[in-house]
Formats: sequence, structure tokens, C-alpha cells
Amino acid sequence: MSGKPKLHYFNGRGRMESIRWLLAAAGVEFEECFLETKDDLTKLQKDGSLLFQQVPMVEIDGMKMVQTRAILSYIAAKYNLYGKDLKERALIDMYVEAVMDLNELLMTHVAQPADKKEEHFATIVDKATNRYFPAYEKVLKDHGQDFLVGNRFSRADVQLLETLLTAEEFKPDILAKFPLLQSFKARISNIPTIKKFLQPGSQRKPPLLEKDLPKVMKIFY
Amino acid sequence: MSGKPRLTYVNGRGRMESVRWLLAAAGVEFEEIFLETRQQYEKLIKDGVLMFQQVPLVEIDGMKMVQTRAILSYIAGKYNLYGKDLKERALIDMYVEGITDLMQMILMFPFSPPEVKEKNIDSIKERATNRYFPVFEKVLKQHGQDFLVGNKFSWADVQLIEAILAVEEKIPTVLSGFPQLQAFKIRMSNMPTIKKFLQPGSPRKPPPDECYVETVLKIFKK
Repeated sequence: MSGKPKLHYFNGRGRMESIRWLLAAAGVEFEECFLETKDDLTKLQKDGSLLFQQVPMVEIDGMKMVQTRAILSYIAAKYNLYGKDLKERALIDMYVEAVMDLNELLMTHVAQPADKKEEHFATIVDKATNRYFPAYEKVLKDHGQDFLVGNRFSRADVQLLETLLTAEEFKPDILAKFPLLQSFKARISNIPTIKKFLQPGSQRKPPLLEKDLPKVMKIFY
Repeated sequence: MSGKPRLTYVNGRGRMESVRWLLAAAGVEFEEIFLETRQQYEKLIKDGVLMFQQVPLVEIDGMKMVQTRAILSYIAGKYNLYGKDLKERALIDMYVEGITDLMQMILMFPFSPPEVKEKNIDSIKERATNRYFPVFEKVLKQHGQDFLVGNKFSWADVQLIEAILAVEEKIPTVLSGFPQLQAFKIRMSNMPTIKKFLQPGSPRKPPPDECYVETVLKIFKK
């Protein structure tokens, strides 16, 4: 046993990507076990390794953790990326939950039926630029600090950066009206662990292409 | 200012009900403001009170908290319903998240079109009896303790009793294969704070009806 966390998922972003980001940001090396076929998933289910028959699953500190949020919270707390007290945690949680709502929209776009794609894209851009980005721009403007919460690097910064970059993949100028988010993006991207994760050859996964979707669906359905 | 937490939502269960359950279970009195018109909602947005233009909103300890999970985590942490250490918290989080996935199906049910409602009940029944309830039945059987985690009352127990009762409203026999959960249900229902919450006149809201659905669509539909 290597002692490193071991991630079980398919070889793509999906719900595991935020976990990869957070471990990488915390400077934690991890191993990955990729599901390629339905049999791979069935085997894990039959083993009793998946509490609710689902992945993501992360083997960490003797636990087989499932449920993305539970895993993220554990990693954040373990590596001191969860604020210094209950109130900072509350802020981090609020920011992170909204980021995850936006990320969910981004993540589900590729699977939208062809006749809904354009409307879905418009919804993404609308929510990102009218609901979510203004909120974070204001947070940064109001306190003028480098990080979202408590003047200290936290999971909120990691998850926001991840989502900003993904949103830019959808629409490269999506941050045009948000100067503080642009400088936030540059600043957080330059943190050594994150810089490393953003380089080629890291465990960061590319976006899922529509042509690869059927293969992924076969694993789960 | 009363010092009590203040909840702003529609007068119905929705996403706020888990918050009502947890505050009640913790023995915390709270106030409620009910959204009845779109204008009320738009005023809240204009006032800058909703960070992401959404409810639930809970005003607590000087914060205007939004995002259901953030609110629940804060309450659990504040009132010692979140385990004694990181590992217990991990278990509680896993259990709560699984239950929340099941509750999501119940949450969306009133808004599904009539022609798929029966199919949705079947899905809820399938997931409850094949995926979620067996897990908690096994957890309780294996440690033989009264509570899900760490031999102590926690957020996970509150979330589970809420879910059990919600599913039973739709599928009355759903616990028939789960003796541990049946005993758990009785045990939790008899805890003083929960017993009080389950009595008429408490802040607990009734199951969603057509009026509730209409109100939600009227206030929030874009």
C-alpha cells in the first residue's frame, strides 16, 4: 500500500476533477484507477467498495470515501484549506456550493440533446455572468485581499479557479467584465502547486468531447 | 433583533425543510418569513440580501447564509451535531450526501408532469429499498448502536429520520424489509426535540400540494 490517496473514476473530469484539483493544490500526490468498462464498475460494486454503488470513490486514510462533497470536505480540512473557524468555513461553504452549481451546468453541457444545446449554453453564460461571477467579483472588491476568505488560501480559491478556467473553455472572453476575477485567476494559477497542475503531463484531465460521451455512458448505464 | 435564526423561504418544505429539521432537533427556536409574491422575492434580490439570488436564506449569527448545505453544515458544527473529529465528520458527510440524493428525488417529485409521476414513485421506491436504506440498515446492524455515527446523535440521524418519514408518505410500506430502520425511526421520533417537531403546531411543513407548486412556479419561474 502506497499511502497515497487512490482515486477510482473514469479517465475524464466529471465529478472527480474537483478532487484532483484540491489534492494537487494541497501538494498531495495521488494514484488513479480508471474505470473503462461497465464490468470495472460492477466489480467495484460487488466488492462492496462503493457505499452507494457510485463513483467517485477515493481510498484515503483507511477509508473508502464516496460522495464528492464529503471527499472534498475531508481533504480540505485535513490539509488546512477550510478556514480557521466555523464562520470562515460557513463562507467557504457558501462560495463553494455556488461554484459547484455553476460547475454542474458546465459539466452537463456535453450531454445535452442537440436541440437543447444552444439554450443550455445561453443559460450557462447568463448564470455565470449575471449570477455567479458578479458575486465573487464583489467579494474580492470588498476586502481587496488575494484570497476569497480570511486572507488565506482555501478550497474556495481552488474550486473557483477550476470553474473560471472551465467557463473560459466555453467562452474565452467570459471574464471580460470581471477585472478582479481576471487578476484572481492569474494569481491563483501562479501558486506553485497549482502552476504544476496546470502544466502538461499533470493529472488534470481534458474536457470531455461529445464523441467520447458514448463510451462513458456505457460504463454507467 | 431577536437573536433567533430567521428563515426566508416559501411556506412549504422544499430545500428549507432540512434546515427546519436540524434547528428543531438541536432545540433551537427560529423565526420564519414566507415568500408569497414575486415582488417580495425581487425586493430581496434588489436589497442585495441573496448572495446568488436564491433562497433558502437563513440569517444567523450576523450572517445572511445561503446555499442549503452551507447552512446545514454551519448549524451542525455550531450545535455539536457533526461528530467529534475529522473521520466522524467524513462518515456523517457521506451519509448525509447519500440521503440528500434520495431526498432530491422527493424534492423534484411535485414538479414532475402527471404522466411520469407513477414512474417517479417507482424510482424513489427502487432507490430507497435497493441503494440507500440497505446501507443504513447495515450500519446500524453492524455497530448495534442507537445512532449512525460515533454512538452520538448527529446531523446524519436527523437527515435519515426526515428522509424515512418523507419516503413513507409516498410508500407507506417502504420500511418493511428494514427492522433496524424501523427501530431507528421510533427511537428518533421519541427524542424530545424531534417529538416536539413532529407534533401539530410545530414549524414542520406539510407535504407539498398543488398550491405549493403553484406558489413556487409563480415566484421563481423566469
